[in-house]
Amino acid sequence: MELFLEYFYPFLVGGILCAIGQVLIDYTKLTPARILVAYVVTGVILGGIGWYQPLVDFAGAGATVPLTGFGYLLAKGVKRAVSEQGLLGVLTGGFTAAAAGIAAAIIFGFIIALIFKPKDKS
Amino acid sequence: MSIRISKSTILLDTKPSVLSYAAIVGKKEGEGPLARHFDVICDDTTLGEETWEKAESQMQRNAVSKALEKAKLSSADLELLFAGDLLNQCISSSYGLRDLQVPFYGLYGACSTMAESLGLISIFADNQLVTYGAAVTSSHFCTAERQFRQPLEYGGQRAPTAQWTVTGSGAVIVGQSNKPPYVKAVTIGKIVDLGVKDINNMGAAMAPAAADTIGTYLKDTKTNPGDYDLILTGDLGTVGSDLLIDLLKHDQIDISQVHNDCGKLIYDLESQDVHAGGSGCGCAASVLCAYILKRISEGVLKNVLFVATGALMSTTSFQQGESIPGIAHLVHLSDHK
Amino acid sequence: MNLTPNEYQEMTKKASPGTKSYKTIPMAFLIGGLICSFGQFLTNLYQELGMSLDIASAVTSVSLIFIAALLTGLNLYNKIAKFAGAGTLVPITGFSNSVVAPALEFKSEGYILGLGAKLFIISGPVIVYGITASAVYGLILYLFKLY
Repeated sequence: MELFLEYFYPFLVGGILCAIGQVLIDYTKLTPARILVAYVVTGVILGGIGWYQPLVDFAGAGATVPLTGFGYLLAKGVKRAVSEQGLLGVLTGGFTAAAAGIAAAIIFGFIIALIFKPKDKS
Repeated sequence: MSIRISKSTILLDTKPSVLSYAAIVGKKEGEGPLARHFDVICDDTTLGEETWEKAESQMQRNAVSKALEKAKLSSADLELLFAGDLLNQCISSSYGLRDLQVPFYGLYGACSTMAESLGLISIFADNQLVTYGAAVTSSHFCTAERQFRQPLEYGGQRAPTAQWTVTGSGAVIVGQSNKPPYVKAVTIGKIVDLGVKDINNMGAAMAPAAADTIGTYLKDTKTNPGDYDLILTGDLGTVGSDLLIDLLKHDQIDISQVHNDCGKLIYDLESQDVHAGGSGCGCAASVLCAYILKRISEGVLKNVLFVATGALMSTTSFQQGESIPGIAHLVHLSDHK
Repeated sequence: MNLTPNEYQEMTKKASPGTKSYKTIPMAFLIGGLICSFGQFLTNLYQELGMSLDIASAVTSVSLIFIAALLTGLNLYNKIAKFAGAGTLVPITGFSNSVVAPALEFKSEGYILGLGAKLFIISGPVIVYGITASAVYGLILYLFKLY
């Protein structure tokens, strides 16, 4: 049962966050790019006011894998950096926290783009 | 000499002929209901080229070559080319046709370009300005997606009202002859904009222009929809077609019995997952050049109004929040002079 | 035609079919949920290998980014996304796809101005607004001495 819940909570919370995204796609004029921006900024705000941490504790990857989790990570990074470096931390915190993700996307994107060829859709 | 009977409509006195026509399409179109009518089906939509743009250029060049071949002509016989496509600065046409060394007018009428180019070359032929002239247009799913929408590998869902850009090209050779199809009249469309801003609903953006042009032509020639076997719009798709019929009903014109749309004909809407149907310059062009002209030559269709529709926006105007202006040009094709 | 744009807008709305939300929303929930569960599986795995939770989470993100990048290159990600919708958009995999797809697509315009410049054409705003929001938050923390 414990093992089931360990995966069920991430499934549930992650699923709900995605379902909200789908509602935005279906019922508003928001483009996917705008939705992603909204998710990240929401993550920063919720992370900042401390509401996202309980969700992370509860659902683990269900809260960190969606892009709101990326925003939460940024907020967390900034908070740590400001406490350590003061004003400079305002600038360094976000990128430091997001460094692995952004660098991974750039590097893998670069390699994949080198190797593969674009294909037609059918 | 051509006679202008109203602000928009020109009757062609000599009724030039479409001497030959050719349609080349991609794989998906080749799996559709019109498969057996196309001259060439390219299962490899790169056509062996490095880029999608080069592939589209080649498709357009091949369509002209094929049409010339069918008319037993060479490019040296050709005196004028009207051509267009959807890409910025119409590069598919200019790069595809640059080696032909034929006097060239590049056109942009978005997806209406086939009717625009066919109408223009017919007017030139009617006034004995050319013996042999050609009109050709093309579109390619991949070049259009790259320019107007998202990269091909980007994961997203298409709206139910979205249309699928046809990979295809159609070319016609126009001159004087005693064989149908004949071009009897041309109506030049006006830009009509009823404020549609949804880039995923082009059919709705273009339907008012089609309604305006069809209404104008019927009024100018004092004819009724019943006088035609087919009123064929370019690429309104399912949504735009329904709107067109409704719009004309407002003006007490009922075309529901004779209307069809190239965007609905080219794909099997049930099984091919194209949502509201086909679109693109190549849609109207390939359906016209594969199927419709053949049926007119055979006398199966006697009078056809070919009304290609275009959405005249760009990615810039769209991002700046502008609405989408539509246009529709009409060509009256017939099996008798 | 004597219709106003407003009247036409009404007509358009009536004629346009809506999205089949009874299908799209459950699919987004299902696929998105599965991706997150898989993320949890990876996090647990990495923790068992001796990483701390923070490191394991970061490595999980990197792993998911890699898998999504590969699926994008194999032309499979968009096929899954067609059914999953927001289920493949909202997770970090969607971010990866939005970086890889334009890089691959615009390679034909060269390695510098094509691949290099277009890499962030879709995901750029996410970073711009994410980092900006985090800096605003950081500034508030600093000014009000909340750290």
